[in-house]
Amino acid sequence: MMPVIYIPADSGAMALGAGRVARAFEEELFRRGIEAKFVRNGSRGLYFLEPMVEVETAAGRFAYGPVRAGDVPSLLDAGLLDGSDRHSLFLGETDKIPFLARQTRLTFARCGVIDPLSLDDYRAHGGLAGLEKAAALPPLEIVRIVTDSGLRGRGGAGFPTGIKWKTVHDAGADRKYIVCNADEGDSASFADRMIMEGDPFVLIEGMAIAAIATGAQKGFVYIRSEYPHAVAVMREAIRVATAGGVLGPSVLGSGHAFDIEVRVGAGAYVCGEETSLLNSLEGKRGVVRAKPPLPALEGLFGKPTVVNNVISLASVPIILDKGAAFYKDFGMGRSRGTIPIQIAGNVRRGGLFEAAFGLTLGEIVEDIAGGTASDRPIKAVQVGGPLGAYFPPALFDTPFDYEAFAAKDGLIGHAGITVFDDTADMLAMAKFAFSFCAIESCGKCTPCRIGAVRGAETLEKVEAGIRREENLALVAELCETMKFGSLCALGGFTPYPVMSAITHFPEDFAPRPRAEAAE
Amino acid sequence: MPMQQHGTDTAARTAHIIETLRGLEGPLLPILHEVQEAFGHVPAEAVPVIAEALNLSRAEVHGVVTFYHDFRRQPAGRHVLKLCQAEACQSMGAHGVAAMVSHALGVALGETSADGAVTLEPVYCLGLCACAPAAMLDGEPMGRLDAAAVREIADEVRR
Repeated sequence: MMPVIYIPADSGAMALGAGRVARAFEEELFRRGIEAKFVRNGSRGLYFLEPMVEVETAAGRFAYGPVRAGDVPSLLDAGLLDGSDRHSLFLGETDKIPFLARQTRLTFARCGVIDPLSLDDYRAHGGLAGLEKAAALPPLEIVRIVTDSGLRGRGGAGFPTGIKWKTVHDAGADRKYIVCNADEGDSASFADRMIMEGDPFVLIEGMAIAAIATGAQKGFVYIRSEYPHAVAVMREAIRVATAGGVLGPSVLGSGHAFDIEVRVGAGAYVCGEETSLLNSLEGKRGVVRAKPPLPALEGLFGKPTVVNNVISLASVPIILDKGAAFYKDFGMGRSRGTIPIQIAGNVRRGGLFEAAFGLTLGEIVEDIAGGTASDRPIKAVQVGGPLGAYFPPALFDTPFDYEAFAAKDGLIGHAGITVFDDTADMLAMAKFAFSFCAIESCGKCTPCRIGAVRGAETLEKVEAGIRREENLALVAELCETMKFGSLCALGGFTPYPVMSAITHFPEDFAPRPRAEAAE
Repeated sequence: MPMQQHGTDTAARTAHIIETLRGLEGPLLPILHEVQEAFGHVPAEAVPVIAEALNLSRAEVHGVVTFYHDFRRQPAGRHVLKLCQAEACQSMGAHGVAAMVSHALGVALGETSADGAVTLEPVYCLGLCACAPAAMLDGEPMGRLDAAAVREIADEVRR
């Protein structure tokens, strides 16, 4: 058979030189007169091994990485096309790489495996089975399955997806919308981007199932402008899906009409909040709306609207295909199924790790991620993006579960985690949290708009040693006001990083001269 | 007069963009993106044309243009370098990289160099958090930036 070479076109792999590697392979194979088929797949999420090149042989699929363009001739000399192990970059059979073999890939089962834009490849790997089942079911039965699966919103709020769908299903209206929130702005988060670049049809399939379940005619994928490659792949995937009858006047011949359009954000973090996102889609300033009314009843253009995160929607096809019980069997407590944990920052092995809920934070950062890239001790781990709490090693026994994190005054958010070594200055991080909130505040509510600015100023005084105790008490009080008085999670959750930094790392807020003398 | 010629041209091209997109539901953001793509920024002359066509006040359009970080009211440099300054990149030394880049290019974060070669923008997350510190040069992602990568960027934008 003609060898098939997989070189990811995922933005993360491209950022590490996958484009140059692909060109080097093309040139070198041409020079040697060898024919091969290239597939530009998504990433498997093993970013510490990217660019990771795979070759499909009769004996299986083998990986090499991290590959630089200059490695290509020696890789070919060593027999890469036959999956040979005679090269130092040889990683073995891809599925047996420990970081991958330990995962439970449900939502990300195809990501990095298939050609992202081949509908045939998608079908061959189990795609569309969920939608085919859904098309034959009464809408309320689909809603019941999603509810029974225990799936909760993966964007951060953790609201039960099935209950949201039920509300939209029950709402009477001439027009309903499915809005996919792909405004993935949290630092340490890249799961949405990976799905859109690596397996876009699974998102389209999930949205089509949501549309059939709720009676919606139109879908929007709102993607942040920082993701130009994801925008391009999603647009092309929608074109292919429409041409293939997955979207359009009759979804897979079911008689349900459903179309999807990609919309691009414009650099506002707050548009990841669902009501700001809806305003932005309507062409307005991305300010938060007060709730009620719920978007499920009065959402986009005042119509009943499902707003779900990319991962929530992309998890639906496998639930429909394999059943609610199959999905619910994974996980712990009220956190059912799997969660794609995104391990980022100062780690030896960074990437995407999909697993059932329940791993402890310590297992994730020490065992799976292998500690810090800098070889220094871990000082803090921020879980859940810029609005998530900083956890010290003393809390590493916390299991990855919505309720367990809430009990420790934290949140799992979109499941992105950033690891910091002992050089991190937690007062600086707390100040950054306020500053970020000030930059990104939509300005609608006072606790967020003014509180963020005052918070940063007050921490500057603490840093300068001006009435330290008094000002720290003021910050705590301000955080209470922001937490309970803000309209949305931007102002409401900024207290998490701030207060966790103060609570768990008091030494960084102590008078500075002493800190310097101690070094 | 050249100025008026320029203004009329802007209005005509804006009107053409509006025609192709006004059928969309909620067309304002797509129109502003296209206008910026065409002109490199959202020219002041385009605002009343858009307002008129969408039956909005100029203040409403102005409000939208100024709300979003992406929309520029002046043209950017020939190259745009977005440097991530969010937490994951900070944990891998993003502040140090920003200082190196600033020094190599002779331009501060948020500014355009005097020769118009490059605009340096802070961004908060490019989704390249496992490849930190990250950046994006003219839409191309770059990861694990170090001193050598900064020199390459400097050579590229000065070419």
